[in-house]
Amino acid sequence: MLIIAVLALVSLAALLVLKAFKSNLVFFYTPTEVVEGKVPVARAFRIGGMVVDGSLQRKQDGVSVSFSVTDTIHAIDVTYEGILPDLFQEGKGVVAQGRLSENGSFIADQVLAKHDENYMPPEAAEALKRAREMKLSE
Amino acid sequence: MIPEIGHFSIILALWVSVAQTLICFGGAVRSSPRLIAFPRYSSYVIFLLTLAGFCCLATSFLVDDFSVLNVASNSNSQLPWPYKLAASWGSHEGSLLLWVLMLSGWMSAVSLFSKQMPDEMRSLILGVMSAIAIGFYLFMLLTSNPFDRLLPPAVDGRDLNPLLQDPGMVIHPPMLYMGYVGFSVVFAFAIGALISGKLDSTWARWSRPWTTAAWCFLTVGIALGSWWAYYELGWGGWWFWDPVENASFMPWLCGTALIHSLSVTEKRGSFKIWTVLLSIITFSLSLLGTFLVRSGVLTSVHAFATDPERGVFILGFLIVVIGASLLLFAWRAPKVGLGGNFNFISRESALLANNVLLVVAAASVLLGTLYPLFLDAMGLGKISVGPPYFDAIFFPLMAPAMFLMGIGPVLRWKNAKTLELATKLKWAFAISLVSAIIVPILMGGWSVFVSIGLLLGFWIVVSGLVNLLEQIRRIRMGSERTIFQVINSLPRSYYGMLVAHFGVAVFIFGVTLVKGYEEERDVKLAVGGSVELSGYRFSLASLDDLIGPNYNGIKGTVFVHGADGKLVSTLYPEKRFYHVQSMPMTEAAIDTGFFRDLYVSLGEALEDGSWVVRVYLKPFVDWIWGGAFLMALGGLLAISDKKYRSKRRSVPNQATVSS
Repeated sequence: MLIIAVLALVSLAALLVLKAFKSNLVFFYTPTEVVEGKVPVARAFRIGGMVVDGSLQRKQDGVSVSFSVTDTIHAIDVTYEGILPDLFQEGKGVVAQGRLSENGSFIADQVLAKHDENYMPPEAAEALKRAREMKLSE
Repeated sequence: MIPEIGHFSIILALWVSVAQTLICFGGAVRSSPRLIAFPRYSSYVIFLLTLAGFCCLATSFLVDDFSVLNVASNSNSQLPWPYKLAASWGSHEGSLLLWVLMLSGWMSAVSLFSKQMPDEMRSLILGVMSAIAIGFYLFMLLTSNPFDRLLPPAVDGRDLNPLLQDPGMVIHPPMLYMGYVGFSVVFAFAIGALISGKLDSTWARWSRPWTTAAWCFLTVGIALGSWWAYYELGWGGWWFWDPVENASFMPWLCGTALIHSLSVTEKRGSFKIWTVLLSIITFSLSLLGTFLVRSGVLTSVHAFATDPERGVFILGFLIVVIGASLLLFAWRAPKVGLGGNFNFISRESALLANNVLLVVAAASVLLGTLYPLFLDAMGLGKISVGPPYFDAIFFPLMAPAMFLMGIGPVLRWKNAKTLELATKLKWAFAISLVSAIIVPILMGGWSVFVSIGLLLGFWIVVSGLVNLLEQIRRIRMGSERTIFQVINSLPRSYYGMLVAHFGVAVFIFGVTLVKGYEEERDVKLAVGGSVELSGYRFSLASLDDLIGPNYNGIKGTVFVHGADGKLVSTLYPEKRFYHVQSMPMTEAAIDTGFFRDLYVSLGEALEDGSWVVRVYLKPFVDWIWGGAFLMALGGLLAISDKKYRSKRRSVPNQATVSS
């Protein structure tokens, strides 16, 4: 009797966990994939690449920023409200999480700063690598 | 010369560990008295040799010996000396040395405090621990030697990562490692029990204090890490469900289940299989945690794979330890035997439910942590599993467990009556419910989630008090003692349980109130400007240049005035720029209060000389870490119970009045 109750509870818990898991996975896409329309519409996702030199602009209120992220083939405009992480720099790697707006720009909820010592987040490095491979295969 | 002495000491420690392991397992099999006594002394020798090695490394750091690669990579001549010392365990190689130092330390402690233990049992335990040590010494010597030379020597070092140049970050790894490594003791007990086929409540009573001690250290280590993230990273967050955090949290969850399971095994002789399995799982998660953080697999799976030496060794070691212990478990668990029966409503079943909830929570965290790594390693894409997933699974699992925390201590063993339970606790529930509804209104805004959190917190506190009163009344009825004498007569392990559970309640209050009522604002501030937040006014009075030992930067002066206009505090947020690594760092300024924190951090400088500044009001946030430290204090109280220090062997299955 106890065993059955425990098993039932565990199965229920497992189902809830898996459901929460699936609905909270955040996938990573390169700017090229965003331009090609391969990204989900209603979910949050991440993009990464390099911050385009000279693209960083701060709005009048001081708190909103916009910049462009590129994987050397395509660039995406990103807007973000908040303080950028200490390691954020033009010309260096960045990863942002958020959604696509109707006009094709990316509205970021988070701008991430986890890097290795070469200032390149692994996902951004991945985006650049894929772009290089695409160019080589042309 | 000193690094070479250190290196040689570690090599010797490895050989003595090999000897100890062979003799322990050989001795147990052949029952020769002389061989059985050997491990006690070899444990001390291994510890002293490892300590010597560690001191050699620390000395190299303190004297700025940049001909040692590890020192050149992690230190700098301008680094303040406490951080030079901390840098000796700040790197991959150095932290492994700290790990084996602690392992040999725990091993010596077991050797020292086990005089009443049967010899065969002690040598099995020491043998398992030295076998684990062999793996770590080999890993260090073959792939991660902290004593490697750099020739020609560097002129100066690359400096310690500025994030680590902080007192909290200095103590956090040693505390964590004491916890991780401490679980190797109960792991060794479990393996010993499986091998010998003997597991009784005396076994549980021996292993309990060791396990609780390890759990205390891990609790403190995790709390320190969370607190550090809060004040150092500058964003006011204290838990991000980051893989590094999860790596330490999973063994904590299973360790908590383990200490509860051990109490059942000690008092009732039941849950033996659970206890053994949980010992193996908890230690395996500790190993997994150490390696997840230390192998570089979390920064990038591919960085990990490009240095295949370390990765392959770690994976191999994990497979050997976990695989062998689970195999042994599968083979020998039936010999260990099942325990007594118990009813559907009983303390045993409450503790069983508690165990299941904790293990499922740990498994869910494991899924969310490892799945992205697994996919990335298979080349199936880069995904991330963020806080929403973990929050969605963790709270629904823990809420029932918190509810059980109120019921469990009040329930009878083996067979309890629901009606009796409801009668005892009806007032506790009523008081908790009323408080949970009133407090949010007092705080300024009512919400369901805050109320549920508060209900659980109050429930734990009030039912704990009801339990205490009941114990006092029961003892007083049978004797002529004063209240003071009665309170003194209750065992310390009982108070340990109460204090630790109160700690959980305090923690729940902290989390609920901070999440429910925290406020933040990002604003552009020039000198002379101010911002208002929840009745407090933050005014930026000045921005001054700042020069430190190995950094320079800007220091702001912010006055904080309360609603009545009086000065509440003066805060000095800083933006530092560390020279050697060219790394900027934000030092937040916090006014810590019992009921709230006021938090200011400098964001970015703008062209016109003003700054983007972030201000926070964090109500009750320090209750989060206060609760964690109370939990650890409870554990400490429980360990100091005199039943663990008694010289006589007491009767198993004693039906005790209180716990």
